[in-house]
This record gives sequence, structure tokens and C-alpha cells, in this order.
Amino acid sequence: MNYEDKLQNVSVLGAAGKMGSGILLLTAIEMADLQLKPENQSKTFALNAIDVSPAALSGLFLYLKAQVRKIAEKKMVALRTVYKDRKDLIENGEIIDQYIDDVLKIVHTSTSIESTYNSGLIFEAIIENSDLKVKLITQILENNNNDPWFFTNTSSVPINELDTKANINGKILGFHFYNPPAVQRLVEIIAWEKTNKDLIEFAQAYAKKLRKTLVPSNDKAGFIGNGHFMRDILFGLKQAESLFDKMSFAEAFYAVNRISQDFMIRPMGIFQLMDYVGQDVCQKIMIVMRPRLNEDSLHSDLIDQLNSQDVKGGQNSDGSQKAGILFYEKGQPTAVYDPNKKDYVKIADFKEKVDNMLGALPSLHKPWKAVVGNKGKDQILSDYFNELKAMDTLGSQLTKDYVINSKNIGLKLVTDGVTEKEDHVNTVMLMGFFHAYGPINNYFN
Amino acid sequence: MRKKIYMAAGYNTVSLGTGRKEFHPKKPRPGIEHYIKEAGQGTLKMINGAKNVDEGVIGNFMASRFVKQAHLGAFLPIIDEGLKYKPSLRVEGACGSGGLSLITGIKSVLSDSADVVLSMGVEVQNSVKAIYGADILAGAGWYNERKDGHAYFFPGQFSNRAGAYYEKFGREKARKGLATWFKNAIENARLCETAQEHTNKTSDLIALGLTEPSPKSFTDHLNVFDCSKVSDGASAIAIMSEEGLAKTGVPISEAVEVIGFSLKVNNITEQPKDLTVLDTVKEAAKEALSNAGITINDLATIEVHDCFTIAGVLMVEALGLAKHGEGADYVANGNTARTGKIPMNTTGGLIGWGHPTGATGVHQAVTIWEQLTGIAGKAQIEIPSDRPYGMTVNMGGDDKTIVAIVYKKTS
Repeated sequence: MNYEDKLQNVSVLGAAGKMGSGILLLTAIEMADLQLKPENQSKTFALNAIDVSPAALSGLFLYLKAQVRKIAEKKMVALRTVYKDRKDLIENGEIIDQYIDDVLKIVHTSTSIESTYNSGLIFEAIIENSDLKVKLITQILENNNNDPWFFTNTSSVPINELDTKANINGKILGFHFYNPPAVQRLVEIIAWEKTNKDLIEFAQAYAKKLRKTLVPSNDKAGFIGNGHFMRDILFGLKQAESLFDKMSFAEAFYAVNRISQDFMIRPMGIFQLMDYVGQDVCQKIMIVMRPRLNEDSLHSDLIDQLNSQDVKGGQNSDGSQKAGILFYEKGQPTAVYDPNKKDYVKIADFKEKVDNMLGALPSLHKPWKAVVGNKGKDQILSDYFNELKAMDTLGSQLTKDYVINSKNIGLKLVTDGVTEKEDHVNTVMLMGFFHAYGPINNYFN
Repeated sequence: MRKKIYMAAGYNTVSLGTGRKEFHPKKPRPGIEHYIKEAGQGTLKMINGAKNVDEGVIGNFMASRFVKQAHLGAFLPIIDEGLKYKPSLRVEGACGSGGLSLITGIKSVLSDSADVVLSMGVEVQNSVKAIYGADILAGAGWYNERKDGHAYFFPGQFSNRAGAYYEKFGREKARKGLATWFKNAIENARLCETAQEHTNKTSDLIALGLTEPSPKSFTDHLNVFDCSKVSDGASAIAIMSEEGLAKTGVPISEAVEVIGFSLKVNNITEQPKDLTVLDTVKEAAKEALSNAGITINDLATIEVHDCFTIAGVLMVEALGLAKHGEGADYVANGNTARTGKIPMNTTGGLIGWGHPTGATGVHQAVTIWEQLTGIAGKAQIEIPSDRPYGMTVNMGGDDKTIVAIVYKKTS
């Protein structure tokens, strides 16, 4: 089966979710571009957007429309060629409107799993629940006569487990986008020994068309991305607890969030990142990883507590950040949740005190934004960490510990066989998490 | 000229758009009324009020699409209650609309129907994203050619001119000339507080100007730095007779004299015969200089319509400053820089100061007025006593409507 044929009828499960909607968008664009080729005029391309929430599905079209417009605006030069024979479409605006229509008419929303039964390719982007994934895949396989392929966006469940339990016979591949899929260039690709090679070949072609960079991960729960991120979270939580003798709960969490952002020159602090991903998602990922890796430490009572108190983070439908362990105003953390008080404590009330306890940033500090795209960032970072290394403040000590631990997590991923290459760990953290430097570095040798 | 014509009391608003610190594409910005008001009031203040104005002219290209507002002539009284019931009209000739506003004012004074004309130009373009703005600006070309034109229609037109120039005279030296034009534009803009690129801090402007064009996302032969800015802004100036000067109390020393002008159009439905030549510019400049009784070598400074760097280079050749094919070298060798043989676009031109399309022609006149009267501040160049002249060349479309005006220092 060739590339175009495989994309003629596609389904996305969990299409209205954070990841599903992005996967749907990118796939809709790719399918529409195929449909618009003169030689494909007689073919019909269909993309089924399936989700359990009718309300979310209706909002999905608004999201798609806005995103397709942005994409069309960026590729206007090419679109004028695509529509060169349409004499009625003269202006860019007219062509963009037509392109939006052409993309959207491929997408069919549904709350019913039956919509997948004619698909040759199914993207699975539902919640991180292995049993539910297996159940849905099994049901589809029983009813779909097209020998479908499954691309799962799971960020934690081993592919061999899904393959074996749902009896897919190698026709499933881990194809893990990073959030948001429309923006992030990284995709982790996870195969196991029985994975059909045709899927890998197709995935490579599809990723190339989407301008994604594929990084292979071995089939170990959590893969590279969450393998690092979950352990990084747990270290942050532990570091915050270690400060309880000096600070209150809220102060300690503010301190570590600041260490893991400002001092470490990362795009956001570790607790803000947890909120961005969602406390519930973090919990589910650890639930998957802990037994499968036989690693008891992959668990946090605090995360359980936050979820039981409905403090979950995540995003609102307009993309703004929901309150989690931190509370946000205009996208910036302004308070810290104290689960014992079941209330938020304003950062402004203790910021000065904690900042003084941490000490000043090194004089060579530059914010993440000024470093990440800077061609001279290697030297900037090396000079910065050298200065920090020589400092004797609480902030510098916490930073050293955090950076060293982050490196150790990266090295563990290699020794545990999640990947063979240190470079892969660094690439995932650089591209998937927008870090300015890879965790496996020599700053504190 | 059957009588003496003067210009004075020039005023420019800020050219607002990317590059200005106060500009944010997602935040509310002043509307077209604000710009008309600010520029008009700026000039009125210098000519002792609205009572002295006999008529108003507003040059504007596409407010009807950019901000969905036509009938701009009737906005004159928002500047000052005293302008109510005075004659006012809007003129349009694409990006040459400002020049047409000046020409209309000059002709009114020449015909004795007015002694003081408030000549203005205005455009607000940041109301739409550049990709939709390209549709609107394409109106400066022939609609029948839009379908086959580039997504960015006018950058596409001038990219074709650049491509032809590269092929005929060599790409490397041409790109060097264009990059130098860009560098001069930014360096001059840094000296002018109202310029869009006033705070540009790029250290290696030549390297930036030499950025390779990206045909996939933009044009084949030009990069974004080769292009003028998307701008909101307005300019105003008073066009007066001797009686007008007396009436307004503006000393002659604070005015410049208009000693020659030319308005030429070319057939908008025809393609240029040679993409490396701006024929209409050639004709208009020749006539304006001839009317003024001077040669190109008598000029101390020129404001040319550099909507694209290649347009700047082609203008240098069309004006006769360099031979055909040698304009890029002429620019690269520093002749058009502020310390060169003939400083051009001393406040940044369309690339550095900005290009609020309908206002540009008037802005050029204001700059020449500032230079010849010695009030250009940090942007001031030396005006040699044996060359007390300046010229503006304002262009509508791709060499279709050209307004050239020659000015003389009065003291």
C-alpha cells in the first residue's frame, strides 16, 4: 500500500483532546494537500475526528479553522500555485478561504468508534490508560476489514504491551508528538521487534512531510521524554521537601520552581511545566511507568493529593493555563497551592524573603529567551555555569544539584536501554522541552 | 513657473509598525483619524491656524480597504473646526498619492485659486496582516495581472526587476549594492525620531541585507530587508504663494521654493519594456529638472521612492547619476550615503523611515524642506552653497505614476 492510499481514510481517536486536535490538524493539512493534487481529484480523502465529548468536537472546528488559516497564510506562495487554475480565486484572501474549506471538508466529527471501521490508518490519542487503549483497538480490529495500522501517541505505555494484548501483529507504532503537535518539531518513534517495517517506512515519510524530526526510543515505559521528565519532577518535589526546615510549603515550591527556571535557564519552572502538562496526566504516566519499570520511586503522594483535591492544571480551551500547583495571572505564576491549607498563597507575600534566601543570580545570567536561539549559547552557558559553580548561595547549590541530577537521569536512560545514544536524550529535551541545553552536559564535571 | 510657489511648515507623525517599540500587532492602535489630526494640526500650528488655509488635499491610497473608510476629503475639518466648509478633496495614485497631493496643491496655488493649501498624505496599513495587505497593495497594479502575480504582488514585481538586473549585470555586485542601500536606510533612520527603524540596533547591516532570498516563503530575488515597511502614518506641509507666506507669517527663510515639477503616468496595462529601467521616473525627473533649469549635478540631496532596494538602485540610474548597470556600484561605493556625493533619503526613506503609502510623497517633501531649511536635527546633512537644491521622486505602482519635484533653498 502506498503512502497516499494509506492516508485516504484516517481516524483520530481522542481528536478533541490537546494532543488529538493537533494530530488531527496536521493530518488534515497533509490529506488536503494530497487531495488538491491534480492526479488525486477523483479520490476521496476522509479524516474521522472521534471523541467522546460532543461539546469538545463542536469546538474543534473553530480551532481547526483558526489554525488552518495560520498555516495557509504561511504557505501562501505555494497555495497560489495549487489554485492556479481556479480563475475565480484571485486574491490571497480568497485562496486562503478556499483552502480552509478544502481542509475542513475532509474532516468528519463523530462520537462513535464505528467511524474508524473504514480507516486504513488510526491515530490513537486517548488518555494514558493501557486497558482502554487495548479495548478500543481490539474493537476496531474486530470490525475493520482494511487491515488497519495504528499509530499511538502514548507517551508511556510500551508498544509491545498494546501489540500483544490487542493482538495487532506488529501493525502498531509509537508515534509520540510533543505538545502542541502543530508547533513542536519533535516526534518520538517507538517500535519493537515485531513492528512491521512498512509502518516505520510510512512514519518516516509522514514525519518528513510534516517537517518533524524523528527520534527513536526503545520500547521502555515512558520512553525518553517522560523517562526524563517524570524523574525530573520527582527530584523537584524532593528538593522542595528538603527546604521545609527553612521555608513554608508555598515558599519551598516557589523556590524550586524558580531554581528550575531562572537559575537553570529553562523556559519554565518544573512545577509550571507540571501544570502545563496537567497534574492528572503526570499521575497517569507515573501509574503506567512505576510497575512496568519496577521502580517504586516513580510515584508522588503529593501528585495524588493534588488530583484528589481537583488541583489539576492543564489548559483552558483558549489555551490559557488553568490553576494547578501554581495559580496564574496573564500566564505568570502569582500564587502557590498549599494542599494542607487547600488554598493558594500569594507569591508576592514571600517573594522577597525567598529570593534573598536563594541569593542573587550569577552576574552572567541571561534569561532563557535570550539564550535558546543564540548562536553563541554554548559559550554563554559555559561561562554562566562556571560562575555559578564558584558561588556559595542556597540558590547556586540547589541549581548544581538539580543540573547534576538531570544529567544522571539522562545517563540512566542510556544505561537502562531506553536509548543507545546520549544524543537522543539531549535532542528530546532540546526539541521536545525547548531546553537551551541537553541534560547530558559537562557543566558540573 | 508663472509665479513663485513655496512649501513650509512640514510635519510627520511617527511611522508606526514593526520596529517601533510602541507597536504591538495585537494591541489597539491609533486610527486614521488620529494621524490626519496630528499631522494637520502640526502644520496648522506653524502657519498660525486654520483661518489661513484656503483648501486641503489628502493623499491616500487604500483606506477604503485597509480601514474600510473612503471619502477622506471630508475628514479635513476634524483637524480644526476652522476648516469646516473649506474645499477639500482626496487624491489617489497608489503609492504616489502623497505626490499627487503636493501636485494638486501646487496647481491650486499656481492657478490663483488658493494662496495656502494644506497638503497631506495618510495611510493606516497595520489593520491587516501582510499577506492580506499584499492583496490591497496589489491594487496599484493592473487587476488583470493579479491572478498570475506573486502572493506578495509588489515584492514579486520588483523581485522580477531584481532578477533581470542580476542576470544582466551580475548578481554579486547587485546584491552588494542593494545591501548597501539597506544599510544607508537604517543608519539614516537611526537619526530621525519618527522613523520606524529609529531604534534598529543591528550591528552588521550589510550581512543582514545580504540575507539570501527565500523563494518558498517570499520572493525569488529579494529578501524582506530589501522591502519597505508596512506603516501607519501621516505627513502634512503647507503649499503657499508669496501672499500665502505673508498671510501665515512664515518667514521666507523657513520655506523652500518649488522651482520645477513633473507628473507623468505610464500605461498600467502594459509591462515594462526593460525590467532594468524605470522609464517613467526618467521622464518625470528629466522634465522636473528641466523646468527648474538645473541639472542632476546641482542637487544637494534627493528623496527617492525606495519601496524596494532595487527601486533605489534603478532610480539612481534613471536619474542619470550612474550609467545603466552601474547603479549598484554607485550605491555600494558610498555615493548615496549621507556623507557621499549625493546623499539620498536622509531620514531613512521608505525602507528606514517607513512607507505609509498615501503619505510617502508628502513625507519626502517634508524631509527636503527640513534639510534645506537646516532643521533636520541629527539627520541634518551639509547643503553646499553652490548646490542649494533638493528633489523628491514619488512613485505609484511599478513605475506608473511618477511625481518629481525640485526645491530650492530660500536663504
